[in-house]
Amino acid sequence: MSPNSLVEIRDLNFAYDKRPVLEGINMDFPRGKLIAIMGLSGCGKTTLLRHIGGALKPTKGYVKVDGQIIHELDQDGLYAMRRKMGMLFQFGALFTDMSVYDNVAFQMREHTDLPEELIHDLVLMKLHAVGLRGTHSLMPSELSGGMARRVALARTVALDPMLIMYDEPFAGLDPISLTVVGDLIRRLNNALGATSVVVTHDVQESLKIVDYVYFMANGVIVAEGTPDEIRASERDFVRQFVHGEIDGPVPFHYPGGDYRQDLALGA
Amino acid sequence: MSVKRSIQNIGHRVVSAVWRIGVATRFFLLTLAYSGTSFRRFHLTIKELFSTGVMSLIIIIVAGLFVGMVLGLQGYETLKRYGSESALGVMVALGLVRELGPVVAALLFASRAGSAMTAEIGLMKATEQITAMEMMAVNPIARIVAPRFWAGVISMPLLAAMFSAVGVFGGYFVGVVQIGVDEGSFWSQMQAAVDFREDILNGVIKSFVFGTVVTVIALFEGYDAPPTAEGVSGATTRTVVTSSLAILMLDFILTAIMFRGN
Repeated sequence: MSPNSLVEIRDLNFAYDKRPVLEGINMDFPRGKLIAIMGLSGCGKTTLLRHIGGALKPTKGYVKVDGQIIHELDQDGLYAMRRKMGMLFQFGALFTDMSVYDNVAFQMREHTDLPEELIHDLVLMKLHAVGLRGTHSLMPSELSGGMARRVALARTVALDPMLIMYDEPFAGLDPISLTVVGDLIRRLNNALGATSVVVTHDVQESLKIVDYVYFMANGVIVAEGTPDEIRASERDFVRQFVHGEIDGPVPFHYPGGDYRQDLALGA
Repeated sequence: MSVKRSIQNIGHRVVSAVWRIGVATRFFLLTLAYSGTSFRRFHLTIKELFSTGVMSLIIIIVAGLFVGMVLGLQGYETLKRYGSESALGVMVALGLVRELGPVVAALLFASRAGSAMTAEIGLMKATEQITAMEMMAVNPIARIVAPRFWAGVISMPLLAAMFSAVGVFGGYFVGVVQIGVDEGSFWSQMQAAVDFREDILNGVIKSFVFGTVVTVIALFEGYDAPPTAEGVSGATTRTVVTSSLAILMLDFILTAIMFRGN
């Protein structure tokens, strides 16, 4: 493991029942960098993220974060590790029975003995960083999708994590919210000195903000490189994905039987 | 072939059911093991006591009143035939504290609070709130499940007591105020015939057992629900059906143990 890498993934394999989802994944996330993992829906991106967070155990290989192999940690060790991580879920996953303020304060109250006055100031600072200080008394149901995502982002970085994971942070956002969230991801990463990994299929927005990209398909890494290398790539899959082309190695049709037979036209 | 398949299906269902009971038992034991937070930070449990107990008060009080009134009316009609109208107070009170209070209050509790618990936890799971909590290194069983469990266990005997008290008042209203049964004999016979240990304490034990069972079923169904709209609706239905059947079966078992036809 390079001393500069916060996350090291080696020969990671995982299968649901006997269906392989991840096969021989090797990745390194250098400290302070923003990494994107891209690929089609169902290619194993989120499964990979769940391995980094310790929610799943690999069938072979390992994920090492800050020098510790995640699947070998006991529950206390895993929880100690997770306190140093933050994760932004696809639709925010804000606690709907708590106000915006209480959502951001949640981890501070659970994991620290900070006095309520200090928590108050910290929560407002976190909300200010995402531009939503004025929403602290609202409930999550009163927020728009983009605002909920930003509040969730403030909650994710509440305890200044060293590793921040984003699961489809751009899904379902309007163009302005999308740019705002993308910009925040980059700025928060730099401001906190954290390492971030973004799982996404939003190519254009991610290429603007990330330092390195891994492309996955069917559970394996099919391409990797800096955003410039990816844009210039002549590989079929990457070109089809980056430019959103219909024709390419990814077929339009889901595999099925003979079309003529299905329509009862005979062979 | 179809006979073989039917036998296989039955076997599969039995194995699944036993497996599920095992998982639910493990869930219950984990809830007990992670209950420390519910008492150390009692305000979490109090918040749930409000939504589980206080919010169920209206339905419990209204239902208790009407059940008591019906008992008063039916009891009077029956007792009149034997010239024992003065025993109306005893009949209403015993019927309520021994049986109807714990059982009907538990059935209402399962429909009102149990279904709400299942739906809430099921939706929290479907919207990844529970996964998010785990990723924040906070144990969801300690933080979400255990406070709700203790709120259910504490509030159920109180609700049953409230049901019985209001029911007695309903019986009094119909029997004494409306029909004209003697007030003195209504209360004095009740006071003389209702035994604290034999009747009231046994009723409290029943409601405590029902509260535990209903709350565990509701929480487990919510926690185990598939994270889809269909999954949550199915889990909510199962909570009401399973808890209602469990209450009625347990009521028979507890009654047989407590009273033995004496």
